[in-house]
Amino acid sequence: MLSVDALAMNHTAILSVENLHKSYGKGQDKASVVDGLSFSLRRGECYGLLGPNGAGKTTTLRLCLGLTAPDAGSITLVGKEVPLHARKARMRVGVVPQGDNLDPDFTVAENLLVYGRYFGMDDATINARIPALLEFSNLTAKAKARIGELSGGMKRRLTLARALVNDPDLIFMDEPTTGLDPQARHMIWERLKSLLAQGKTILLTTHFMDEAERLCDRLAVIDHGKLIAEGSPRELIARHIESEVVEVYGDNALTWGEMEGRGKSARLEISGETVFCYTNDAQSLLAGLQAVQGIRYLHRPANLEDLFLKLTGREMRD
Amino acid sequence: MTDPLYRLPEFSLRFVPIWRRNFMVWKKLAKASVLGNIADPLITLIAFGYGLGGLLKSIDGIPYIHYLASGSICMSIMMAASFEVLYSAFSRMHVQKTWEALMNAPLSLDDVLLAELLWAATKSLFSGVAILAVMFMLDIGLHPQTQLVLPLLFLIGMCFSAIGLIVNALARGYDFFTYYFTLVLTPMVFLSGVYYPVSQLPHWLERLSQCLPLRAAVELVRPLILGGWPDRVVFNLAILLIYCIGGFYIAVILTRRRLLT
Repeated sequence: MLSVDALAMNHTAILSVENLHKSYGKGQDKASVVDGLSFSLRRGECYGLLGPNGAGKTTTLRLCLGLTAPDAGSITLVGKEVPLHARKARMRVGVVPQGDNLDPDFTVAENLLVYGRYFGMDDATINARIPALLEFSNLTAKAKARIGELSGGMKRRLTLARALVNDPDLIFMDEPTTGLDPQARHMIWERLKSLLAQGKTILLTTHFMDEAERLCDRLAVIDHGKLIAEGSPRELIARHIESEVVEVYGDNALTWGEMEGRGKSARLEISGETVFCYTNDAQSLLAGLQAVQGIRYLHRPANLEDLFLKLTGREMRD
Repeated sequence: MTDPLYRLPEFSLRFVPIWRRNFMVWKKLAKASVLGNIADPLITLIAFGYGLGGLLKSIDGIPYIHYLASGSICMSIMMAASFEVLYSAFSRMHVQKTWEALMNAPLSLDDVLLAELLWAATKSLFSGVAILAVMFMLDIGLHPQTQLVLPLLFLIGMCFSAIGLIVNALARGYDFFTYYFTLVLTPMVFLSGVYYPVSQLPHWLERLSQCLPLRAAVELVRPLILGGWPDRVVFNLAILLIYCIGGFYIAVILTRRRLLT
């Protein structure tokens, strides 16, 4: 007999991942990429997977889509067990991959037609959907253009339109705005918001913190294949870090940081020539800084990037 | 066996839209490719057939150009199928990432590989038909038996596609294919009785060459085009089927290992 909570969970979770493990290599070279990951997506939310390069984001997406088998753990995608019934589950899912894999031999409209056929849709049904998809992705004028004629932003929008050809319930997006200029990024964000307004669920991976803060209802920070924090962006910032940040740069910044900054901050970090002072009340810091020569400073509220750097560290990942 | 890597491939009609995708691309380039399909054998047959044929006249009582045409059609099928599953399929798998897009849709890798196998065989059949047309123009192969050649050519195409898909699964780049063409396919042409009878080979080599799929193909196709009937039908069909089925199964395992683990 299932409890009421469990029933409600089954009803609302469109994707649930339970204690997932995946490693590559053998013996000494064995590297754990996903290490005991659990999370679940409620219908209609945008859920973000954040993590530095190599944290296991893309592998997690591949596991959820059933493109590779986990070493342990369970995945339920749109009510189907994955990887066992992954192919059936993907009928209800749309995917925007990290790199463009549009068909360069086809026009914009042909790309949509051919992709719809992979879902078993007949040509009449797909052709009836294409005008709306083109309009949604703002590509109506480009219907007959070849892929080579499109800008990076247009290609991303077409990839998004292609992911919607089967009218999916859940959309996987792997770094959807990497490599785009600000105009193109804003346009993609607007499209994603309108999809959420239509009741679609989105699973998003990104390493742009502003993107995650803008779009995600909830997010998980993962590193080394483990979930290290989960919650809404505001909640996570409030829970893990101080509310204000003063960034100090300039010739005397480092000296000032050691002499004065450290005492007046709850936490102080140095990255290169910049001093980051984290505090819940910046008044005394700011008052002191006004009198110091040879520095510049910036006072701002703490954001997701501060949280991310605190949780995953400042060292480079390749 | 419980390891999903070694599971038998699952066949279904889901390969059809993938096959159609490749056909749609081919149609866009069809004019140039059909022209090439006709020009290449025409030049070879005329150059070798009349050039060398002037010296050789006949082999086993058959005019040399007929002998050459009936063998080289098998070689052309082999080359066309191999090119498609190597250069073109590799582009779709590795460079354009078309396969990745396919597998994000409700299609499996088994569907993709089956589609590639059948598509490459289809494309090789297209060039086979073009070569037959050239042969008819030269008054070669105008017999009822030639109708049986068409399904045979498709089987030969599948056989070499299956072997080529193994090479595709192992390739790191396009350079790798040059080795396959120069070290495997070209020597096979000289051991399979395309240009001259295998009886010219040293005895041990002649025995060995019986295991080659191209020799099996030539032994089946040549007599039909010349208006006769092949010997050793079961043996040679079995050789082709073993390479086709065995090759495809190995290709499936290796490609799963490459892309799904």
